[in-house]
Amino acid sequence: MVVDEDKVFKALADPSRRQLLDRLHHKNGQTLSELCEGHDMSRQAVTKHLNLLEEANLVATTRQGREKLHYLNPVPINEIYMRWIGKFEQGRIQALHNLKQALQEKDQ
Amino acid sequence: MIEKTEFVYTTYITSTPQKVWDAITTPEFASQYWGKKNVSDWKPGSKWNMVSIDGSEITNITGEVLESRPPSRLVLSWASPENLGNKSEYSRVTFEIEGMGEVVRLNVIHDQLKAGSEMAGGISRGWPMVLSGLKSFLETGKAPDIMAIKGSCSAQSQSQAQSQAKVA
Repeated sequence: MVVDEDKVFKALADPSRRQLLDRLHHKNGQTLSELCEGHDMSRQAVTKHLNLLEEANLVATTRQGREKLHYLNPVPINEIYMRWIGKFEQGRIQALHNLKQALQEKDQ
Repeated sequence: MIEKTEFVYTTYITSTPQKVWDAITTPEFASQYWGKKNVSDWKPGSKWNMVSIDGSEITNITGEVLESRPPSRLVLSWASPENLGNKSEYSRVTFEIEGMGEVVRLNVIHDQLKAGSEMAGGISRGWPMVLSGLKSFLETGKAPDIMAIKGSCSAQSQSQAQSQAKVA
């Protein structure tokens, strides 16, 4: 399986799938059942979304006995990032990001 | 009981398992995309060090080779040098290198990490960069611009200066 970039963008172009990635970012290594808890989506829908994320290599999995654990795999996102962001821009973009966060926190 | 956390990273590289193994374990190769070099004889029980390539030769990470099966599996213990001998601060990294036709699947599993620790934060930013760099290095022969680091630049300008000196 070689992952093409289209798969990554398609996988990211869905709020439910981004939410699943957020949940793995918050707590890595969850089972299907854990990811279904407190979620409006059916088990089938979560399974479908996870398969798409796995095909795009945004989710990596390991087996622990009978359980399959899901991990956020940000490597393809990093590849996209590096494609358009050079080493000199990195610092400036980080500074802008920090400024935005600081200003937004102030507003709250 | 201290809460532990773990990360699993996967990348698919158009290469061979041996080349992926060499890119991780050979200092000259790792220097070109990792920003560090990994130094060891890679035998089970041996020490390994991740060393700066800016000329300082400072050890950033140290540990022991727990398992070594070239070119498919390498397991290392992983700690900051200041925690040398303090086993509770050690985490573990497993490289699984699997050939799948024309591509290689590389899994990096970093586990036994203290949840919320500085190390856990650092490695979760570091591994995606290292793995993207490794893929780019093996597929295109060079690391992406963002991985270009002082050490390799100065090494290059040094050899250029030397060849210029020879010409003169």
